Amino acid sequence: MKTFSIMGKYVLLRAFSLFITVVIAVYLTLFIANWGGQLDDARRSNIEFDVTMAVNANPANHALPSSEVMKLIEERVEQEIIRQGLDRPFLIRSVGYLGEALSLGLGRTEHLTSDSGSRNVRNVLLERLPSTLVLLGTAQLIVFVLALIVALFLSRRYGSFLDRTIIALAPTSAAPAWLYGLFLILIFAAVLRVLPWGGIVAAPPPPTTWGYAMSLLRHMVLPVSAMIISSLFSNIYSWRTFFLIYSNEDYIDLARAKGLSPRSLERRYILRPTLPPIITNFVLVLINMWMGAVVLETVFNWPGIGRLFFQAIQLNDTPVIVGTVVIFGYLLALSVLLLDFAYAALDPRVRLGAGGGKK
Amino acid sequence: MSTKLKELRRAPSAWSKLKELRRYPSAIVGLIIMFIFIAFSIHTVFSLPLDEAVTLWRGGPGIWDDHPRRAEPAWFDWFTSDSLSRTIKVSLEDAGEMRVEPIGGGMNSVEVVLPFEFNYDTFPSEISLFTEATGAKEFSVYLRKPNGETVTLSENLGFRAHHIYRISLDSALRMQLNGASPHVGLFSENPSPGRDGKPLQGNYELVMLGEIPETTELHAAELVVFGQVHGAAGTDHLRRDLTIALRWGAPVGLLFGVLAAVGAQLSTFILGGIGTWFGGKIDAIFHRLTEVTMILPLLVVLMMVGHFYTRSLWVMLGVVILLSVFSASMKVYRAMFLQAKEAPYIEAAQAYGAGNFRIIFKYLLPRLSPVLLPQFIIVIPSFVFLEATLAVLGLGDPRLPTWGKIIYDARVNDALYMGDYYWMLQPAVALMLIGLSFSLLGYTLDRIFNPRLRKL
Repeated sequence: MKTFSIMGKYVLLRAFSLFITVVIAVYLTLFIANWGGQLDDARRSNIEFDVTMAVNANPANHALPSSEVMKLIEERVEQEIIRQGLDRPFLIRSVGYLGEALSLGLGRTEHLTSDSGSRNVRNVLLERLPSTLVLLGTAQLIVFVLALIVALFLSRRYGSFLDRTIIALAPTSAAPAWLYGLFLILIFAAVLRVLPWGGIVAAPPPPTTWGYAMSLLRHMVLPVSAMIISSLFSNIYSWRTFFLIYSNEDYIDLARAKGLSPRSLERRYILRPTLPPIITNFVLVLINMWMGAVVLETVFNWPGIGRLFFQAIQLNDTPVIVGTVVIFGYLLALSVLLLDFAYAALDPRVRLGAGGGKK
Repeated sequence: MSTKLKELRRAPSAWSKLKELRRYPSAIVGLIIMFIFIAFSIHTVFSLPLDEAVTLWRGGPGIWDDHPRRAEPAWFDWFTSDSLSRTIKVSLEDAGEMRVEPIGGGMNSVEVVLPFEFNYDTFPSEISLFTEATGAKEFSVYLRKPNGETVTLSENLGFRAHHIYRISLDSALRMQLNGASPHVGLFSENPSPGRDGKPLQGNYELVMLGEIPETTELHAAELVVFGQVHGAAGTDHLRRDLTIALRWGAPVGLLFGVLAAVGAQLSTFILGGIGTWFGGKIDAIFHRLTEVTMILPLLVVLMMVGHFYTRSLWVMLGVVILLSVFSASMKVYRAMFLQAKEAPYIEAAQAYGAGNFRIIFKYLLPRLSPVLLPQFIIVIPSFVFLEATLAVLGLGDPRLPTWGKIIYDARVNDALYMGDYYWMLQPAVALMLIGLSFSLLGYTLDRIFNPRLRKL
């Protein structure tokens, strides 16, 4: 029970500090975005749009000459700008922006719409989120499990031909996933014509749920493979090194002398102490993967957050740009938090309240 | 300072370790590729000045007119028994002839003959006639084929002062050739729609006939029969020769990668040393900053900078370095410095009264510099790819011809879908090779310099 409360405290503490980190990161983003005055322009055009619609919709104004109507609109816009505080200096307003950004209440998009036709930034973002999560979640899970298994396997056969071959492949991780994506598209879509060029499902989408799922899987094969190729081997390399270092400790020799079976030796004496550094290492891989998603989704026409960001950049849609950065911040922080949680569960120093977490 | 201290301070000689590289074939391969790229870059910078490359890459009227559009590299010949058509240019200045005869009434009869030999096994990709004259005039244009047949391309066509008659786009001519594209139909025995069959080889003549006022003078006439292959790397959708961007991609990518790696890694290393040595508040602040930077998505910030401010590569470089100072490497270095801090020779230095900064810069940092080298080499490709990534997203420096830009153009113009694989593959393979060369070397250095790996 005591360990639970300590762990809970630790995770809560981490969550809080990560949230503060996200707040700082988002604030920096807003700062960058507003140096160009882009945010204010977005707000202003939103106000102008609302006021014009309201004035034109009022039947009482229909009889007025157009110059009068224009004047009325201008007056109302001025009032609204003062009411929303757009005339105050940016530093004061930015705090308000920050709250809006963090809750994704960024108002209306400028050009982009969601598939259901909504122009609310939050709807646009949340509509794209699942497809990104499916794609990246799958790839990350496969990379983690596969790299762990292979690294453990190789550390048992240190120096064998297979070990040397796979280690020799580690430099392939220098190239990002999108570059492998291009090669894969070339081979499987252009030359062999066996897998789709990109997109998320066939057009038109299959009517049955089963057919839809199969089609989704077929479209996932290439982007997921690209991500796996670009991060698997370097992970295997570094994790195998961890395993080798930990299996050279004295207590391992002692355990072996005591006659423990290799299985339990591996599980209890090697895997347990090695997992925390491996998880730390995996956090960095995760962060790289989230970032790589922007380009990968663009290359594969995958309708996720990354491609949305790219489209927003091209269409100059500031609210969506800021919103996407916030979402990315959340995703990164969430991945780190999950791994922290795993860390806490694995590392007895955290559980027993000594040392208080990662150093 | 006593000799004893010198003894203590001396790290294992880095040079003797570097010699160990000879034992690793992968590192040798990496080094060779790297040197080839570096030599290639130096050659490019001196043989094709940047301004010239930028001007050519920007293109403009007249620069690329006589190049084929989306032509494959000329070396595609080696993989096929056919000889693929190359661009043939024939003008009045070289093989062409012009006869001018006065016919009275202030008019001249003009006949221009542009002969050329066509000996390829594939059809041309396009065919155009460029003329320059003073004033407007009318000409009829004919083509004499090797089999004696004469095809009328057009009767009494009005030519402007600077005129391009794009024969391939002449729809009336297409009808006349049974629906075949003119550049295919004109070179076939029996024109039919589709591109099957072989072109008719032999001597062709393009003839222009016209009666023009004496005041009008025809300065130049050039027929361009565009080939299907061109140059060492082919051409793109704007007829630009891809070698320009392929050549300049190397120095730009390498420079960006190396500068970013130096800026980011060195600053991280030094600040990591300072933070660990002083500990306390400074260290805590550095640690927090590292966490913020880890959550702040670098690529996304760069895209925003490119979108809101400028796409200049040097500004991007500055932002990259700024945001990489407190990167994840900070954690790695901190862990190492914490260990090194406890070493006896540091204590000795403190005992004889060395100041904080003297200890940091003379004892702590040099001790760990062997660790910096592999790290440094390993991160270079990631920055090279970062530059390419920005270009692929359409946020590349607007002036510079780079590899990423070619990939962007190829993607936007559906190169893979249309089967122009060369367009996408050349820059992609170049990027791949540069990434591999650095990382082969880096991983080997890691194995040599990393003491924990040596023990195994």
